[in-house]
Parts: sequence; structure tokens; C-alpha cells
Amino acid sequence: MPKIKIPKNSPSIDMTPMVDLAFLLVTFFMLAANFRSNEPVDVETPSSISDKIIPDNVLLVTIDKGGRVFMNLTDPEARKEMLQNMMGKYKVGLNEEQIEMFSFMTSFGCTMQELPQYLNMSGEERKRFETKGIPTDSTNNQLKDWIFYGNIAALNSGKTAFEEAKLKGESPDPNDFKPKFTLKVDGKAVYVHAKNVIDIFRDLHLNNLNFITSLEQAPN
Amino acid sequence: MAEIAEGGGGGGHKGGKKRAKKSSTRVDMTPMVDLAFLLLTFFVLTSTFSKPKVMSLVYPAKPDPNDPAVDQPKINNAITFLLSEDKIFYYQDQFYPADKPGPNGPTVLEETNFGPNGLRKLLADRNAYVLQRKEGLDEKLKKKQIQDTTYERLMIDYKKHKEALKVLIKTDSKATCKNFIDLIDELKIAQIGVIAPVDLTKSEEELMNAKLK
Repeated sequence: MPKIKIPKNSPSIDMTPMVDLAFLLVTFFMLAANFRSNEPVDVETPSSISDKIIPDNVLLVTIDKGGRVFMNLTDPEARKEMLQNMMGKYKVGLNEEQIEMFSFMTSFGCTMQELPQYLNMSGEERKRFETKGIPTDSTNNQLKDWIFYGNIAALNSGKTAFEEAKLKGESPDPNDFKPKFTLKVDGKAVYVHAKNVIDIFRDLHLNNLNFITSLEQAPN
Repeated sequence: MAEIAEGGGGGGHKGGKKRAKKSSTRVDMTPMVDLAFLLLTFFVLTSTFSKPKVMSLVYPAKPDPNDPAVDQPKINNAITFLLSEDKIFYYQDQFYPADKPGPNGPTVLEETNFGPNGLRKLLADRNAYVLQRKEGLDEKLKKKQIQDTTYERLMIDYKKHKEALKVLIKTDSKATCKNFIDLIDELKIAQIGVIAPVDLTKSEEELMNAKLK
């Protein structure tokens, strides 16, 4: 009996569709991603039904579980201006490199005196840096100064952006260029800590505040 | 490897012309796939999709110390919430301390909860004026009888109306931010326009402490 010859087939798989799919997904995720910024503290925000998206240019104050206060201003140019004013007020000297570093940092939470040391650290070291946050007590209210100068700087940079948009022939809404004040509070934090910060805002006549919340389904 | 190399394929020809061996035009895609999936994993893990949402709240302006003291206006149709730890109390309209009782005697705090039968029901009952009108407007908006802008303008008017419920929030030193935000959230759900977080007075604190015990 003759042997039946089975033609030898190479067990190769055509991978093209898989590669297509993989790259499609990669492209999608690359375009859709906005990276999680490297914040010095993790804060668990409470949820609400509000679906208003956080504005682009904000002055953000973060309050963590223990009541430590951190601050962030998104616009790098305004940040530089704010820092320069703070350096003048607190007589803290920083070099060009450190100022540049500061303008691209995320939230920071240290006293003005600790700032030069803080800026020299790497990202990982900063996370481990034991800080008490920005001082907010009435004898040494650094947060008030940060917010005060931050507001002025953000207003100035907003004004320039507004003029630029106007020159381009657009009809911009001036309200879009005003700094927005947001608070990111940890749900477990005691409200008194938040109230302390809110009172600082109110002392500066900034009464319109936004709380960052995660979205939850509205009841019907 | 996606392809398994085949051994010995040259036994087919017997003599004849020697042909140049056809080399396969296939490219080994495995490294590319590896890379693609590596990138994919990276982006999946690092990206955050939804931008955080914000809930805005307008605080009352601080009175100027140079201004002469203004008497607190009588608040009509208001409800005051008092927060402490995970508890929530409320009383209606004006506060009457025990030594200065109002027409219905001194104020008594009532307790409620964050559940659907507690706070939400209470607010829906008390703010029926706005909620009913909102339903009417929703209906009209659905039938395209009014514009979006008109809808928003009317809603603001209703929320400011005399009959609409106003809310004051007072917190003691033990209240958590979560409860505060949850409360504001409930107020927004109940379409309450006037929300004022204010300071706790001494007599209110005493009343609440007595209730907490």
C-alpha cells in the first residue's frame, strides 16, 4: 500500500491583521491619552453629578487627607512671574535653571525656605520629601501670597492671550481668559482644613471656587 | 517566531537548469508586533481618559470690617444644614436659641441622612416650586417651544424666586469634605440656586453637640 503523502505545510500565521489592529489601538491611545501628571500626593476626590470639565488654565490648591496644602498653576509663564514675586517678597534666591524647573513642575507643597532644596531634587525624591505643605497659618500665611501673586500673574498672561486671540480676528470671551480657582480636596479630609484655604481665597475677594470631583450618574 | 523554518526543500529538481532560489518575500513581523503591543500596554496604563470634572460654588463675599455692621436680613423659606462627622442635621427658617424662643418655641434640630429617602426627599418636597416649574420647562424644551438660552434664563429666575428654597450650610470641626461635597451635590440635584456656606454660631454648636451625645 502506498503511503499517502501529506504535503508539508509551514505552520506560519499571517500576522498582518494583528499588527494592523495593534497599531490602530496604539494610535488611538496615543491621541486620546492625556497623561496622568505626576502629583506629589494622591488625593481621592468625592463624586458629584457635575459634568463641567475642568478649565485649561487654573490655579489649583490641593488638600490631602492630613490637611497638607499643595498648589499648582498651569500656565508656565504665569508661574515664572508668580515665583519671581514670591522670591522678592521672601528674599529667596534661585538661579535661572531652578526657575525654569519650577515653571514645568506640577503641584508643589513646601515652604518658601525649602524651595531651593526642593527644586534640586529629582521627581522620585520629591515624592518622598517629607513636607508639611505650604504654610497657611495667620502668622506665616505663604499660601495667601502664592494665591495673590498667582492671581495677578494669571490675569496678566490671560490678558496677553486675550489680546492675541483678538488680533487673530476671533471674538474671544474675556471670561475664558480669567484665572479659575479650583480646590482638590480629599474626601477624608476634615472640612476645617478646606475652610481654612477657602477663607484665604475669600480674604482675597476670590469667591467663585470650583471643587474637583469625579463624575457619578445623576439620579433620574 | 511566526514561521517555522522548513528544512530541505531542494530535492525537487533532477538535473535541468539551475534556477535561482526564490527567496521568500515575507518579513518576520514578530518584533514589530512585540513593539506595538509594548506601546499599547504603555499607553493603556498611563492614559487617563476623562478629564476631572469641577463643581462650582460661589461663596458669599466677606464683609468689609470698615463697613458699618449690617443687620442680618430675615431669611424666608430657608433651610440650614449642620454637618458633623457623618451626621447631618437641619432646621428650617430662622434660628431661635433657647433663651430667645420664636413663635414656635426654640429651634429643634432634626436629623436626616444622605440616602434617597432622607436628604433627597426632603429637598424635593421643600423645593417643589422650582422642581415643578423645571418639569414644565423640560417639557417645553423637548417640544422645541423654547430655546436653550431662554430655558437657562428662566431657570435662573425661578431659582432666585421668593418661593424657591435657600440653603445655608454650617459645619463643625469634625465634618468631612466628602459630606460637604455630597451635600452640595444633593442641593444641585434638587435645583437649589442659593447655597451659602456660613460659619457656625455658638448656640447652634451647643445644640448640635447635645444632639450628638
